[in-house]
Amino acid sequence: MKVKQIIDLIKGTVVSGTENLEYTVEMAFASDLMSDVLTVKTDNLLLLTGLVNIQAIRTAEMSDINCVVFVRNKKVTEEMIRIAKENRITIIQSPYSMFKVSGILFNAGIKPVF
Amino acid sequence: MSSEKMHFEYRVEGGNFSEAGYPSSQVKKTLKQLNVEGNVIKRTVVALYEAEVNIVAHAYRGVIAVDIDTEKIIITLTDEGPGIADIKKAMEIGYSTATPEVREMGFGAGMGLSNMNTNADKLSITSEVGTGTIVEIMNYFHK
Repeated sequence: MKVKQIIDLIKGTVVSGTENLEYTVEMAFASDLMSDVLTVKTDNLLLLTGLVNIQAIRTAEMSDINCVVFVRNKKVTEEMIRIAKENRITIIQSPYSMFKVSGILFNAGIKPVF
Repeated sequence: MSSEKMHFEYRVEGGNFSEAGYPSSQVKKTLKQLNVEGNVIKRTVVALYEAEVNIVAHAYRGVIAVDIDTEKIIITLTDEGPGIADIKKAMEIGYSTATPEVREMGFGAGMGLSNMNTNADKLSITSEVGTGTIVEIMNYFHK
């Protein structure tokens, strides 16, 4: 599924990085624990998280994740946007909870890693 | 210095989470420029990033030395800090001495050292309690 379709489904807003909207995502991983994200070897992954800090963006950078969804419309800082832009990472905010976003995407055919 | 060898050093400040990840980011960019295979880059920077976060989380300060030649990358992280009393126990998944602040940053679940081990071709950890810890990560570019 394309990132722009995901954005429609989760009522998302693009905070940074429109270059990945045509990109196709097959799998997603939802976690607030960055160490857990760093163990995932899958590429082309969408990260869902409620952890809004620079380390969430750094973790995406190291894991080659180019699309991060922050749930519950949590405020993204300028520094996070700067690092995301530098690494061509798209940041999306959704008003929905992690559970709801996960459920919507699962129903829409996005696969779990494990 | 031969053009086939590169050496970089970065300083890491304990407790400064806003800067954590910068050295790992720079190493990733360098390896990309050198056309190292994607999977090797990812393994290297994941191991380095976890090691870097450990310095920020546990030590007072540290130095990351990166040596690259045509065959491999060797990263040596030397910190001044409390050290690790029982390295074997620290390697166990789930064992952690991290503070609540570190956990709020998304780390401190006791997964870092084992994940470093998974992502390094060679990992060496030596530590002296009350002095500090030295972590060496080595990855080969071609298997």
